[in-house]
Amino acid sequence: MSAEMQLDDHSTIIERGRYRMVMSLVVVLAFVAWLVHAFAVSDIEWKYVSHFLMVRTIMQGVAATLFMAVSAMLLGVVIGLIFAIVQQSGNPVWKTVAAGYVWLFRGTPVILQLLLWFNLALVFPHIWVPGYGSVQTVQLMTPFLSALLGLGLNQGAYITEIMRSGLTSVDKGQYEACCMIGMTRLQALRRVILPQALRVVIPPLGNEFISMIKLTSLSSMIQYPEILHSAQNIYYANARVIELLLVTGFWYLAIVTVLMPVQYFLEKRINRGWSG
Amino acid sequence: MTATDIAATTAPPILEVRNMRKAYGNMPILKGVSCTLNQGDVMCVLGGSGSGKTTLLRCIAQLERYQGGSVVVDGELMGIAEKGGRFYRLSERQIARQRLKTGMVFQKFNLFSHMTAMQNVMEGPVHVLSVPPEEARSEACRLLEWVGLGERMDHYPAQLSGGQQQRVAIARALAMKPKVMLFDEPTSALDPESVGRVLAVMKQVAATGMSMIVVTHEMGFAREVASRVLFMDHGVIAEDAPSAQFFSAPSHPRAADFLASTLGARVQTN
Repeated sequence: MSAEMQLDDHSTIIERGRYRMVMSLVVVLAFVAWLVHAFAVSDIEWKYVSHFLMVRTIMQGVAATLFMAVSAMLLGVVIGLIFAIVQQSGNPVWKTVAAGYVWLFRGTPVILQLLLWFNLALVFPHIWVPGYGSVQTVQLMTPFLSALLGLGLNQGAYITEIMRSGLTSVDKGQYEACCMIGMTRLQALRRVILPQALRVVIPPLGNEFISMIKLTSLSSMIQYPEILHSAQNIYYANARVIELLLVTGFWYLAIVTVLMPVQYFLEKRINRGWSG
Repeated sequence: MTATDIAATTAPPILEVRNMRKAYGNMPILKGVSCTLNQGDVMCVLGGSGSGKTTLLRCIAQLERYQGGSVVVDGELMGIAEKGGRFYRLSERQIARQRLKTGMVFQKFNLFSHMTAMQNVMEGPVHVLSVPPEEARSEACRLLEWVGLGERMDHYPAQLSGGQQQRVAIARALAMKPKVMLFDEPTSALDPESVGRVLAVMKQVAATGMSMIVVTHEMGFAREVASRVLFMDHGVIAEDAPSAQFFSAPSHPRAADFLASTLGARVQTN
């Protein structure tokens, strides 16, 4: 009997691949179960984890992490935007300066940059601040300012590249149309080019912000009291190392988990006018 | 025709190009082009591809830098100032202000893609001319209805057909109340059905007495609407004649060839 004779509208066709899906589920579940078991029977004292999760020092660390991530990101966006615009301006001097900046700050490790900023006093013992006069660099370069400059300037180098790709993604005709209704370069940038570049720039900027959240942990090296630094301060005293590291892990994951839908909605909003 | 001829003898030209020279590297595009446009004239610029007609239009609009020559629009020297016998390029801000005298319609429309049709038309009046938004809105409304898009005001460019986008672009340029309208092959990127409607709107614009320079391949439009035809060939003006004369008896052999081939092709497609 041939297949065509039996196959009618009421026949059920068994799709391929179900068996494989069930098998992979079993494998994954088994692995997760093993992992949970390993943590459960290990020496981790879970009551310490839950106790320190919301303790005051840790919460201050969370706030400091968020504050640093937002500030450094803002600094990075401002710097990146300026250098990207400068690179497009056609002035060869500024173009070279922008390229040199990207080369220097992308070419060295962030942790090194943080340490250099923190130890700036070894190069410039005194810095002249407008309105204050000469200040001792040691006093000026607090952990916060060092971390902000280190993370922000490093981020700015990456964001320069992102912004540049965003600006070049906007058709040249858009700029010419701006010119022909009498706009200046700056007006065109603000009213037409940047809003359109945003569409291209927002997804990678979201990624950069998420990685910035985690990069702030490096500033624990220069005594900035973010989450990791706070946790370290506690475990230096009570020796509950793994418990407190799990607490920090929880908070990083929590922050990133909250940010992901924010990024999604931002991208949806920015895409108005393009998707029909 | 006769009306504009009389006007030409009394009023100064609305636009004058003198000895325009432009090269890309070693490649000359415009080799000394001069022409004048009188108030209310519609001048069609014809010519084969690479003849320099689009470049001429872009130089007039100050979108291209030229190596020599001058453009005077409405009595004002564009892009350059003379001081003590020397010539200086004007600042970007000054050029932006001068460009208000010319409106431009591009081959690829170049509507602001993140704005609706209405916002596109309002953008210039509100943010450049500082017209109160409500006033600009009602004027934009009137213009969009005038180009036949009263029902599409709140559509984004991506939601409009090519022809509709081009008509919005015409409204956007008109909203700035320019002295001269420049059209750069406005129908070349359109499907045949849209072409007719865009040309109809352009005819409507001409009927308001607007001075226009139209770079085009639309022979029918040139014959019917243009008062003058500029025929360009290899970076020079081969013929500058009243439209009727150009189409009935072109004096330059290249122009005659061009007419024969383009009109011939048109007969074939019909």
